[in-house]
Amino acid sequence: MTAQQRAAELFARLSAGDRRALARGITWVENGAEEATALMRLAYPLTGRAHVVGITGPPGAGKSTLVDRLAMELRGRGLTVAIVAVDPTSPFSGGAILGDRIRMQRTLTDPGVFMRSLAARGHLGGLSPATGEVVGLLDAFGFDVILVETVGAGQSEVEIMALAHTTCVVLIPGMGDEIQAIKAGILEIGDVFACNKADREGADRTVSEIEMMLDLGHMGRPGINRWSAEPADGAAGGAVPPASDAALRRLDRTGHHTADELAGAAGHMTHAAEHVAARHGTANPGDVSWRPPVLKTVAKDGQGVAELADRLAEHLSFLKETGRWEARREQDAAQRVQALVSEWAARIALSRARAAGDYARLVRQVAERRLDPYSAADEILKHHGGR
Amino acid sequence: MEAASRRKIRVLVAKLGLDAHDRGAKVVARAYRDAGFEVIYTGLYQRPEAVAAAAVQEDVDVVAVSSLAGAHGVLIPQLIQLLREQGADDILILAGGIIPEDEVPALLEAGVSRVFGPGSDLDEIIEYTKVNVRR
Repeated sequence: MTAQQRAAELFARLSAGDRRALARGITWVENGAEEATALMRLAYPLTGRAHVVGITGPPGAGKSTLVDRLAMELRGRGLTVAIVAVDPTSPFSGGAILGDRIRMQRTLTDPGVFMRSLAARGHLGGLSPATGEVVGLLDAFGFDVILVETVGAGQSEVEIMALAHTTCVVLIPGMGDEIQAIKAGILEIGDVFACNKADREGADRTVSEIEMMLDLGHMGRPGINRWSAEPADGAAGGAVPPASDAALRRLDRTGHHTADELAGAAGHMTHAAEHVAARHGTANPGDVSWRPPVLKTVAKDGQGVAELADRLAEHLSFLKETGRWEARREQDAAQRVQALVSEWAARIALSRARAAGDYARLVRQVAERRLDPYSAADEILKHHGGR
Repeated sequence: MEAASRRKIRVLVAKLGLDAHDRGAKVVARAYRDAGFEVIYTGLYQRPEAVAAAAVQEDVDVVAVSSLAGAHGVLIPQLIQLLREQGADDILILAGGIIPEDEVPALLEAGVSRVFGPGSDLDEIIEYTKVNVRR
């Protein structure tokens, strides 16, 4: 049997609901097996239906436990759930211990749940190289919601934003001061924030620090804001006072800021508001915008999990209502095509250059400083880059 | 060539039933990791159904069951039966821990490939696993 035929055979089983076939297909795409491309080609038309939710946050924040509870909650709402959990690969041996299942005991034998652990395999950014394709297969299989749990993330593991429709950032009390909260990185990518382990001391403070950070860039109440086209009560642009005013008052109340600092903060708020407008929506009359909610959860006993599920669903309706869901499909399609073109073009050009002996010759010249790498790449593409 | 280098052996290290000790399981998991395998650990107190579901979903090459509480004679054959029912009979099954000598033949009969008792050499476990994975 050729790779094509094996892929077709597996796809037939997979689309008939065979979970073992799904699991094997995931192994193929993870390993870059020769069947993988053929399988993804067959699966692609069936994708684009699932709500992909990213769960990210620092190690030990309780992501796996929260995912387990969330999966249970979603099952209770009649939705089928796939879980993808990424854990780090050892930089020394290339091996990995994938322990997320230990925290996901409640749903393990439920036929409406499928859980797969992935090793990051040296990939930075919080996901594994094949996570996008794995999500594609789970989507094609027909799961309603796909929960993607990243590697324990610090500040810059933001790849999940590009893969998930909705990103939930999980934090815990006592994580750090306001400085941490205004840093760029994972704190910017949350559509929903969960302050987990909220039964611990300091939860209120962590929540208010996140709220404050969000005030810098968002208008309105947590969740969907529908800004009325008609000014209400004479106020411009709707009934909700600009959030930046509230934020400024909050800053002012702390008593630690001079008038100059407050004026500076107001400037930053305007700037930040412009910056996030494209992602979360503006507050012009008639607009619909999203202001990330901040929830308190205690994953170990399920507190706050129903509200989390509500907010994730609300964000999905926001995406659909405002056309962002459709726009995302276009972006994803463009991004996929571009990534494959660069990957395949590089592979073709390099293998031809190797076969012709040019590759070894040029690399040697670069190593000896007789040629620079830019000219070498240029020459390879000039001679071996065509079809 | 590239595909071969990305191929990893995946092992499910499992604890079945009311068996509270997983030091050995963790040592073996760690040894597999250091040998470059991808190891999924189930955690303690698993039902055979949960281990079988994990083995299928994770598409593992090997299930390594650690048993120190004496229920291996019942739980391991149950697990193997469940795997067979789900078409996952190509998975290599290993057992380890406190398993009396005279109970080994029954486990091998049930489909366990090899039983590693106390004092087993980690390198030998890894080598055996590498040589015997079935795909």
